[in-house]
Amino acid sequence: MGKEKVEDTRFSRFGVVSFTALTKVNDFVDYLEQGKLMGTRCKVCGKVFFPPRADCYSCLSSDMEWSEVKGKGKLLSFTKLSYAPVGFEGELPYTLGLWDFGDYKVFGWVSKEIPEEELEVGMEMVPRVVKLSDDRLLYEFVKA
Amino acid sequence: MGRVAIIGVGQSAFVRGYPGSIRELAFEAFREAMEDAKLEVKDIDASIVASAPEYDRQRSPAGVIAEYLGLIPQPTCYVETVCSSSTTGVIMAYSMIKAGLYDTVAVIGFQKMSEISSMEVQERMGRGADIQWESPFGTMMPAYYAMYARAYMAAHGLTLEDLAAVRVKAATYGQINDKAVYRKPVTMEDFANPESRLAGPVASPLRVGDCCANADGSSCIILASEERAKAVCEKPVWILGVGSASEAVNMTGRPDLAKGLRVAIEAASKAYKMAGVGPKDIDVAEVHDCFTIAEIMAYENLGFAKPGEGKELIRAKETYKEGSIPVNVDGGLLSKGHPIGATGGSQVRTIVLQLRGEAGPMQVKDPEIGLVHNIGGVGLYGNVIIMGR
Repeated sequence: MGKEKVEDTRFSRFGVVSFTALTKVNDFVDYLEQGKLMGTRCKVCGKVFFPPRADCYSCLSSDMEWSEVKGKGKLLSFTKLSYAPVGFEGELPYTLGLWDFGDYKVFGWVSKEIPEEELEVGMEMVPRVVKLSDDRLLYEFVKA
Repeated sequence: MGRVAIIGVGQSAFVRGYPGSIRELAFEAFREAMEDAKLEVKDIDASIVASAPEYDRQRSPAGVIAEYLGLIPQPTCYVETVCSSSTTGVIMAYSMIKAGLYDTVAVIGFQKMSEISSMEVQERMGRGADIQWESPFGTMMPAYYAMYARAYMAAHGLTLEDLAAVRVKAATYGQINDKAVYRKPVTMEDFANPESRLAGPVASPLRVGDCCANADGSSCIILASEERAKAVCEKPVWILGVGSASEAVNMTGRPDLAKGLRVAIEAASKAYKMAGVGPKDIDVAEVHDCFTIAEIMAYENLGFAKPGEGKELIRAKETYKEGSIPVNVDGGLLSKGHPIGATGGSQVRTIVLQLRGEAGPMQVKDPEIGLVHNIGGVGLYGNVIIMGR
């Protein structure tokens, strides 16, 4: 489902540091550019995946279509980091979270606009795309 | 088909900076296990070497270590399930002996983490999770376990004091384990005092004191067929049951975080079934307390406590040496340190010494059945091994 290119390194723009340059779901990055957070849906069995997959383990099909993460996610857990791995020092402090959308879950950043004290397990939040420096893209969650 | 026994155990001291190379580090545990088993190198039919890659520069360490230990031309191989690598090695050795391929197999686990900085260690460990979809957000092991801790606190009323109490217990025994990296006492006041290093934030709600320390270390477990064990060993410890499982690498594929680690539940269920015993039959246990929350989850996932009630065990001190189910009475990963590839072997060694009645000041009263719970990554892999006299 990725575009046919000899050198397609779009995925290396994902996140503060990307550890993957090439994936069959590189279009994910183009969608981020358009402000959309996308998963995939298997056209054969209908299973929805986030993060997106190029292949369905349920029916072994590779016939997939993009499917936007829509609506509100329920915050399942979060953690504010005071210490970071190499490459992320400049981002501290930042908060990671996990959200439940019913059919799938999404892992990502909590917006730095929200103080930790205002976060609560169970609260509803929505994703939005963030443009970082150096042409990098990420998504984070804000209050619904 | 005959049983399989553990006939020799060894462990290096776990230290902050080992003054030697990985082969020399591996030799320390191997020598102790060989002396314990009263064997010569020619008696070892095969070896399995376990560690997590990228902490040292050696690629394919099995051959290098086998040669240094004098274990050539016998077959050797490398196994890896990150933090549970050496119990994966033990389960593989068990299977090879059970299949009749070999009579005596040595499992050598090692890790020399001090060659890289602590932040680089966090980066390596973070890459033991999902590098495509999670690492770009700046993940690390404490953060993942912190998310489990947060979910537990919200669902079950687990408190920061409960987590601190796990560390206080670990330190109680770390002080009397001369192979532990952290030998100092820890009190509840250390966590309550904002000036204390242990109270410093790492990944909320986890604090410095909730996290185990990186360390250099090695472990060695020698397994043998029933026939060989009876011929050479006075106090064989029998493997009664083993169980392993795997889990979604990405947190998005996990079931309810407030239920702990599915790999532990799965692995324990298989091991209990194979051993024909249940949680109430366990007299002493070693669990993978890489973080304080991990021990609370282990209580529940192993069936020592009902779901959501793990906190009650530590509140009632039931997991102390004198309690109903002593857990990590060697200091656990929290005080002993966590040299990744060596950790599982060290846990097995503790249980073997306990069952032989040779655990010194850490000895639990007359245990007959012991259990090891060793987790790789953030519940990515899980191994449970049940042993008996």
